[in-house]
Amino acid sequence: MSAQDVQDWIGKQIAGNDVVLFMKGTKTMPQCGFSMQVAQILNHLGVEFKDINVLEDMSVRDGIKAYSNWPTIPQLYVKGEFIGGCDIVREMFQAGELQELLSGKGIATNTQTLTA
Amino acid sequence: MAMAAEDIARLIKERFPDAEINIEDLAGDGDHYSATIVSEAFRGKSRVQQHQMVYDALKGNMGGVLHALALKTAAP
Repeated sequence: MSAQDVQDWIGKQIAGNDVVLFMKGTKTMPQCGFSMQVAQILNHLGVEFKDINVLEDMSVRDGIKAYSNWPTIPQLYVKGEFIGGCDIVREMFQAGELQELLSGKGIATNTQTLTA
Repeated sequence: MAMAAEDIARLIKERFPDAEINIEDLAGDGDHYSATIVSEAFRGKSRVQQHQMVYDALKGNMGGVLHALALKTAAP
């Protein structure tokens, strides 16, 4: 794939799935502690998400960094919007903002009953 | 490969002269850091934008020689 093809492919994944996590490894077998943390947060919230293992394809691993102008992995996208990497996702989760963002975008979570 | 905490702080200070910077070497191996940066430059910016500004200040070292830098940014 050319660099442009990779960008197109990434764009399609993000457009075609409400919640997408580009990660090292898979949601059932993360290969990096940072990727694992984000997958765990999404699992904890009961969010359905598509996992894309960047370790399977070097062009995707480099391409996603260019796509978002973000140098690290994992990267979380919700409804086409780049939300952040591990630090931001964790900070938002701890503040309850991630849950708000997800429900605000109409993503089902298991936390509705917990909102004050 | 690794990067010294002073080098990280220097690059950040160059870009954000007003910043309060606190860098911790998490594992004591010069490779896993956490940085808390408070600067007026972050005011009104989203978290993603704030972190992108810091990554930009680090001039491509993040994700390269700098493997892990947990970031926390805020305006004063």
